[in-house]
Amino acid sequence: MLSLPLLIWQLAFFLFPLLFLVALSFWTVRNFQMQPDLDFGNWERILTRRAFWDAYLLTALLATASAVLTSLIAFPAAYAISFKVSDRVKQWLIFVLIIPFFTSYLVRVYSLQVFLSDAGIINAFLGFFGLGPILMLNTLFGTLVGLVTLCLPLVVLLQTFSLNFVDRDLVEAAHNLRCGRLRTVLMVIVPSARVGLVIAALFAFILSFGDFVSPLYLGGGNPPTLSIMITDITKSGQQWPRAAVVALMMITTLLTVAFLAIQFAYKERGK
Amino acid sequence: MTPKLKSPTRRQLLQMTGGAALAMPFLSIRAAAQTVNLSMLAWYGHAEPDIVGEFEEANNVKFTPKYYTGGDNMLGLIAQSPPGTYDVILSDAEYVQQLNAAGYVQELDPADYPFDDFFPEFQKFPGHWKDDKLFSVITRFGFLGVAYNTDAFTEKEASSYGLYWDDRVTGKLGQFDWHLPNLGQISLYNGNPSPYDIDEATWEKVKETAMSLRPQAGGFFDYGGTFSSLNNGQMLVFSGIGDWITGTLEKNGSPVRTVIPEQGGLQFTESFSIGTGTKNYDMARKWIQWITSPEGQAKSANMAAYPCLIPSQAGWKVLNDTNPAEARRQMMVPGERNVMDLIREGRIQYRQLPVQQSLEDWNDFWSDYKGA
Repeated sequence: MLSLPLLIWQLAFFLFPLLFLVALSFWTVRNFQMQPDLDFGNWERILTRRAFWDAYLLTALLATASAVLTSLIAFPAAYAISFKVSDRVKQWLIFVLIIPFFTSYLVRVYSLQVFLSDAGIINAFLGFFGLGPILMLNTLFGTLVGLVTLCLPLVVLLQTFSLNFVDRDLVEAAHNLRCGRLRTVLMVIVPSARVGLVIAALFAFILSFGDFVSPLYLGGGNPPTLSIMITDITKSGQQWPRAAVVALMMITTLLTVAFLAIQFAYKERGK
Repeated sequence: MTPKLKSPTRRQLLQMTGGAALAMPFLSIRAAAQTVNLSMLAWYGHAEPDIVGEFEEANNVKFTPKYYTGGDNMLGLIAQSPPGTYDVILSDAEYVQQLNAAGYVQELDPADYPFDDFFPEFQKFPGHWKDDKLFSVITRFGFLGVAYNTDAFTEKEASSYGLYWDDRVTGKLGQFDWHLPNLGQISLYNGNPSPYDIDEATWEKVKETAMSLRPQAGGFFDYGGTFSSLNNGQMLVFSGIGDWITGTLEKNGSPVRTVIPEQGGLQFTESFSIGTGTKNYDMARKWIQWITSPEGQAKSANMAAYPCLIPSQAGWKVLNDTNPAEARRQMMVPGERNVMDLIREGRIQYRQLPVQQSLEDWNDFWSDYKGA
């Protein structure tokens, strides 16, 4: 009985929209109007196009790179917040990490253009040393910078929370047994916080996989990712059913990755 | 006898105040009822205060805009709304026929609109009429050519689409993310006099030429991205756009401009129709009459969102009287070489939907091109 609200919530906000999306992918468009149908043409058209698979591969690679890179950059910060500072400072630092969420992501991405453009702040700085300009804007590097900007605060927070739950006695025991600092981190802390670290990376992957803003405004849509492809398909011809096919492929990928990541996170050691 | 003023009792005062308070909503409802709410489906900018403010004030009208990005988007919005949702509809010429075929717009009476003020080329514009019946009234138009950074290139260098393939442009060519203007320009570059009416062999050649341009592309941009990448100098040359973008930037001090190249340019037009099922036909008609009047035309030419050329000769006169600098910048000065000369010399072709291929073919190729 207590789980009823959760069930209703899941049905209303996840299952029903998902089922509608599945149904929509079989509809047809005539004179810019969607009509209920059972037409497999949308699936065939999308899945047999090389442009779709190129965009799929690129999007998956970008999301993976973003998850790995963000996790690596976030970990030293999360470790320092969790293990090296006082409780009071810790509270302030967590508050500071929440601040980026107060500003629109779109605004942050536009402001990054000021840093990354050929005549931007970074290239102006490099210019003092006779270097550059280095092309950063409208490249995959630019896209990655945007994705890391999107994910970093959240990943640091999630990593910090998971590191806070690491048993300090285990760390102390490792030190007593003459385990070095780096080895303690790799052999004791990381395995103990594995669930949280994997979930944090998973969130970075999910956010990056579906992001539209960074690939467009920092990557120049060149080449396009799946989210850009969805807007392209809907813009021309109002082909929402075909866009639904792309969206369902994205959802399937995310569900698979999430399932595998959670399996890995909760896998018991030695098994 | 001194008249004795009677002071109201506390009860009377409360009754009067209460009555007044209760009557206020009815008064305000009555006042509000006099305001006509006119819904407009248009590109961004057409229902902003700089354009509609004066008309709203003079006619007690309040515009409710719904902005779209692209003709397909517009048709989709109408298709998914009940009849009468939009009172006035702004459309590019190539989509008016589709609006008409689907029955989304009403027939108009030509006598209601100042066609005599218009240049002859715009008095019976293709697509706006069907079987001698009028369905849309032209209000503005513009040219698409080579947009370039004036600090990086001279006008002479930009006077050919060949600049897109220049080594200095590698990675610095921005492309407006829409197949029609970009592929139309490639078609012109290939020497096709009717860039959208091409047979299969010619279409294959257009695709081949386009693919050879792909390594030059620095990015594919929407409206906002086009503005910022030209403004910050990240893109030095831009295909698929015209003065409707560079004009706004140029007026704000950016070193960008559009030139019509030797291979010719493309022309887009914007026109107003009245939606089928509107309950505000008279006011919608009045709006179209106002925006096509000399004063409305001069205002429209200098729209804050994006400037455009105007088809009204009387509008040109008002623009030259009120804003001669803008009239000169847009080459709309009578008696001098002006934009009408470009049209009359045959250097401008209408942007239109592909004639011999389906729109889907062009769209699919554009996706393949971007992903290549």
